[in-house]
Amino acid sequence: MSADLAVTAERQTTWRRPPFILNAWLRWSLIVGAFAYLVLGIGSLEVNWARVVQGLERGYLFVKAFLSPDFVSRWDDIQRGFIESLTMTVTSTAVGVLLSIPVAIGAATNLAPRWIYLFCRGFIAISRTLNEIIVAILLVAMFGFGPFAGFLTLTFATIGFMAKLLAEDIEEIDPDQLDALRATGATFWQGLDFGVLTQVLPRLIGLSMYRLDINFRESAVIGIVGAGGVGDTLNTAMDRYEYGSAAAVILVIITIVMVAEYTSGLLRKRIQ
Amino acid sequence: MLAIEGLTKRYSTGDLALKGVTLTVAAGEVLGLIGPSGAGKSTLIRCVNRLVEPTSGTIRLDGVDLAALRGARLRAARRQIGMIFQEYALVERLTVMENLLSGRLGYTGFWASWFRRFPATDILRAYELLSRVGLAGMENKRADALSGGQRQRVGIARALMQDPKLLLVDEPTASLDPKTSRQIMRLILDLCRERGLAAIVNIHDVVLATEFLPRIVGLRAGEVVFDGPAAEVDRAVLTRIYGDEDWTAITQRLASQRERRDRDFETELEAEAA
Repeated sequence: MSADLAVTAERQTTWRRPPFILNAWLRWSLIVGAFAYLVLGIGSLEVNWARVVQGLERGYLFVKAFLSPDFVSRWDDIQRGFIESLTMTVTSTAVGVLLSIPVAIGAATNLAPRWIYLFCRGFIAISRTLNEIIVAILLVAMFGFGPFAGFLTLTFATIGFMAKLLAEDIEEIDPDQLDALRATGATFWQGLDFGVLTQVLPRLIGLSMYRLDINFRESAVIGIVGAGGVGDTLNTAMDRYEYGSAAAVILVIITIVMVAEYTSGLLRKRIQ
Repeated sequence: MLAIEGLTKRYSTGDLALKGVTLTVAAGEVLGLIGPSGAGKSTLIRCVNRLVEPTSGTIRLDGVDLAALRGARLRAARRQIGMIFQEYALVERLTVMENLLSGRLGYTGFWASWFRRFPATDILRAYELLSRVGLAGMENKRADALSGGQRQRVGIARALMQDPKLLLVDEPTASLDPKTSRQIMRLILDLCRERGLAAIVNIHDVVLATEFLPRIVGLRAGEVVFDGPAAEVDRAVLTRIYGDEDWTAITQRLASQRERRDRDFETELEAEAA
């Protein structure tokens, strides 16, 4: 057989990977088209250079103010804002994660019947399409200013986020483990406990930690549209041109987010 | 005890995996199911405990048609059928003890199993089986910390926790080295003999199959093409099951296996006569 090969095969010494798009004409027109679009797009931007220079001056003033943060004069407001934000973060993460588990199970093709699957995927799609700020504006209009609207907003966003990622994880579990449990005569719920939960638990905890620090950051943002928390404090400070207090708020946010990120990373490493 | 009749399975892709398989297994009988990859061996045993839904046909276990059961009655029937998997299919992140106790799920309520509060008799049984399969003292190890052979022992113990009448064994040795494979086959066969269990063993390795399993069933493209004692497996039978190939090496080993067995039998007779 090897003798046959030696006779028929030419002595070829070059080889190139086949291109992703085989049709050369299509390939080149796509490349040229994309480049032309980019050039035209940049060309269509109107830049007012005088305004840019003005803006740089204002920015310089901002930065200068931020270099001398004022923690003292508005400390009570800052403290209240943070406690509100932290409460909002923890409660919305806890409730959101709990509610996301059934939605994730429903949104996993390997566990849920078709109609439940479609329903849960629909819910996730809605939750993920609507940005937190839009939801917050809507809920502030419904339930008034304050942290309750913020809590609802973050819970809603958490369900969509967690359910989507968790459902993908559930779909990738080792099906043999579940089959083995079904073969013992286990019920669906027992299979869920022994066969599914055990496989996705590390990821569930890791995602919850991650979501906790996302929720804290978001709580600062949605406060700006009236959903309570530290964002409210920040907004008020900016409105009053108290850049020192605003700087203090931002510094505290940065510290807390860094601490949250560090501890969640540590925790995730521990459970692996 | 187990009577399969006219079992047909057509997958939703249109593939006909089983074409009217008829097969009976007596109580305490152990048989080896051999055949090329894709012949339907796995599908056949998975139809028995309904991990795969049969398209038509009946599967009677002591007279009850498993193919017609649903819900709680299906789960009750599954308790009588233990299954052992090629890749062990243990719950990797749980302890050996939890894996053994998971064999009792069919007998345990949800909350009892959620809090891992199993009856004392189950725990006693688990400890007994653990030492029977040679894993005494390993109860608190996590399944993913064990070697392949140890995992398969846990898999065997879990199946026996169910107190089954029938074992379905799907390629128990395909992921193991030759020595461990033989130990595992011997363990399964010994346990079946001790407890009077019937078993259907899917197996790729023909030499291993004929050595350990007295009855061989050959499956080819979803049909039974051979059903007889292991001693009758020869060149013609292998060709019928797997198709043309140079079978010399395997048939020679089968022949020497038989000679050895006959010799052992004669020495046994002589010893008895003396």
